[in-house]
Amino acid sequence: MRALRDVTFELRRGEVHALMGENGAGKSTLVKILAGLHAPDEGEVRVDGRRVTLRSPHEAMRHGIAMIHQELMPVPDLTVAENLLLGREPRGRIPGTVDRRALRKEAQRLLGVLGAELPVDVPMRALSVGEMQTVEIARAIGTQAAVVIMDEPTAALSDREVEALFAAIRKLQANGTALVYITHKMDEVFRIADRITVLRDGRHVATSPAADLDVQRLIALMVGRELVGGRVRDRVEPGARVLTAEGLTRDGCYREVGLSLRRGEILGLAGLMGAGRSEVAAALFGLVPAERGEIRIDGRPVRIRHPAEAMRLGIGMVTEDRRAEGFVPLMSVRHNVTLASLARCCKGPVIRHAVEADTAARAIAQTGVKASGDGQAVVELSGGNQQKVVFSRTLMPDPEIVILDEPTRGIDVGAKAEIHALIARLADQGKAVLLISSEMPELLALSDRLLVMRQGEVSAELDPLTVTQEEVLKHAMPV
Amino acid sequence: MPCPSDTSFRKRWSEIVAGRLGIVIALIVIAAVLALLKPHFLSAANLTNVVRQVSINGILAVGVTVVLLTGGVDLSLGSLVAVTGVVAAHLAHPGAFPLAVPIAAGVLAGAACGAVNGVVVTRCGVPSFIATLGMMTAARGLALVLSNGRPVSNMSPSLTKLAGDVGGVPIPAMILAAVALCVAWMLRNLRLGRYFYAVGGNELAARAAGIRVQAVKFAAFVLCGALSGLAGVVLAARITTGQPNAGVGYELDAIAAVVIGGTRLSGGVGGVWGTLLGVLLMGVIGNGLDLLNVPSYYQQIVKGVIIIGAVWFDRCHQSAGKERGV
Repeated sequence: MRALRDVTFELRRGEVHALMGENGAGKSTLVKILAGLHAPDEGEVRVDGRRVTLRSPHEAMRHGIAMIHQELMPVPDLTVAENLLLGREPRGRIPGTVDRRALRKEAQRLLGVLGAELPVDVPMRALSVGEMQTVEIARAIGTQAAVVIMDEPTAALSDREVEALFAAIRKLQANGTALVYITHKMDEVFRIADRITVLRDGRHVATSPAADLDVQRLIALMVGRELVGGRVRDRVEPGARVLTAEGLTRDGCYREVGLSLRRGEILGLAGLMGAGRSEVAAALFGLVPAERGEIRIDGRPVRIRHPAEAMRLGIGMVTEDRRAEGFVPLMSVRHNVTLASLARCCKGPVIRHAVEADTAARAIAQTGVKASGDGQAVVELSGGNQQKVVFSRTLMPDPEIVILDEPTRGIDVGAKAEIHALIARLADQGKAVLLISSEMPELLALSDRLLVMRQGEVSAELDPLTVTQEEVLKHAMPV
Repeated sequence: MPCPSDTSFRKRWSEIVAGRLGIVIALIVIAAVLALLKPHFLSAANLTNVVRQVSINGILAVGVTVVLLTGGVDLSLGSLVAVTGVVAAHLAHPGAFPLAVPIAAGVLAGAACGAVNGVVVTRCGVPSFIATLGMMTAARGLALVLSNGRPVSNMSPSLTKLAGDVGGVPIPAMILAAVALCVAWMLRNLRLGRYFYAVGGNELAARAAGIRVQAVKFAAFVLCGALSGLAGVVLAARITTGQPNAGVGYELDAIAAVVIGGTRLSGGVGGVWGTLLGVLLMGVIGNGLDLLNVPSYYQQIVKGVIIIGAVWFDRCHQSAGKERGV
């Protein structure tokens, strides 16, 4: 299969050019060719009209093309300044040494271009993801890149960090730098992009000034069909309380958090990044237990110190970071899907392979994983399908309580709609669902009740059917 | 190769070879060259000799395969071989105990040392490299203490027979075959086997799937220790003494064979069949150099180069075959 077919892509000086498309549409392949990570089978790349060959990132950089990766790759124990000028350190008087003073100065100058005030002497690991991103951009400026490619730069940023990023992008733009911007977030595209190119199934679908498009039209171009927005499910009469948490506290993360989950109900948990939502979920699932507080299931107090205990109590969880803790990358789809409930496919300690294959096939069909076969390694799947594998694994033990932490992060619109339908179906089946999401429309479309967290505390309980996004945000913003 | 799961023989075979084509080709080429240069290479006597020689390294390599699959490493194998050999030799004086006692004692002593490794790694959070490095030194000391620094001799012939032949096939080779079959079966068919792959492939995901990661790692160290004990007993039988200085450097030969066989040092991918290929490759090379009368000092250089070359060739072949973001 070809990842990219006969695509023409043109980038102008000083523009922000958004590259849109579902996962697997060929966006990453395209920018990887530009960044020298992949060689095209056919076709050519021209910079300022001159034909160039880009066989390595180094070569691409020589032609002024810099890429800021989806997963940032700094050296965590080097300082900000050292990371900024990695590979281009100013030389000291003695050969082989680094002029540390010049290094700091140049680092400060580069950050200054972005108007960022970051300490240059602290180790990189002390920075937030957003700050690291700023450093990466400053680094691109330092290499005097004429083209900067950003692959989902805001995936892990808080709202405020997004603002800082956009300000930096505008500065780059004003200097005449051309930016290629890949994202799945609609609101962002229309705020930042001058032109939008849509890819679908490896082909070029459209290139158009952003001003000539709107969300509906853009989605239609991306998926090749119209998607309807709005509420995904009608509100139902919730059932009995299955889980209540009271006074959950972990110093420095969250304080006195109380919540209750009812059968057939989706409880949304809104808040900014760092508000403590994921940490509370981690406590409920036993990943990182709370220091104080009580959890009751069906009225009985329980202690949950390990995911295995949570699962025995009927809790399942889709964790936030799919790549880091969602699946075993080189393991097959089948083995990933059955991982959490292998005992069901066993006679004693022995796996019955036929039973396992059947069970996995049913779970895969339930979530609609698309793979070349259940023997395919999960790492080879698209983000959306990887997430469906994680859902299959989580749902296979048939949990009564399902915790979903950012279940649609970084996956394309089509897969997102399917996962939304799946979540609604879980509630319809009578499961209690806790849904954490940073995407407000998702929360408002799916939740029956909405809790908002702010700086580690529950700040409001709202009715998602009547509340506006602005109001939710008001309760989420730090005071 | 993620863990194997297909049923038809042909598919199984292609899985065994898949990703290790370089090793298979190297094995065939080297064997062919040797057969041309020294027709004696293909004689039954010589081939029997090869499998006899690789048996101990093979048993150790199969054991350490499991630890490497979980993403750990075990450097204490060589010293465990010495300790367990000494323990077995002490209990194997003629007329002292039935044959089963020294054998079981050796295996259990190995398992116990493996359990200590496992506890230090899983409970104390010491990286396995360091934990087993400590065990390597401590166990060597233990072997010297238990033997007073002298070989433990006067071994009952019933134990030394363990190094002999039955129907022309060396018993150590049979033991290796049995061990390999058992461990391969376990990796494929036991829940624990699957968990070894999951823990090595992504520890966090394994934990989120409810797997008791520490218990799985512990089990890997115990199994590796037990097999080291078995290897120690077999070696003691072969040299008819419990040697406190036996097995120096064996851990590196075993790990080299495992890695040549395609098991990732970072865990999650690999298996017993690849390890056996790696063990065979190293054995054939050693045997070939002997046949060609290469002085032993030079043999070491050649071996080192071939270990690196084999893995390099394999990696090149793999990266040309498929581009994965791993």
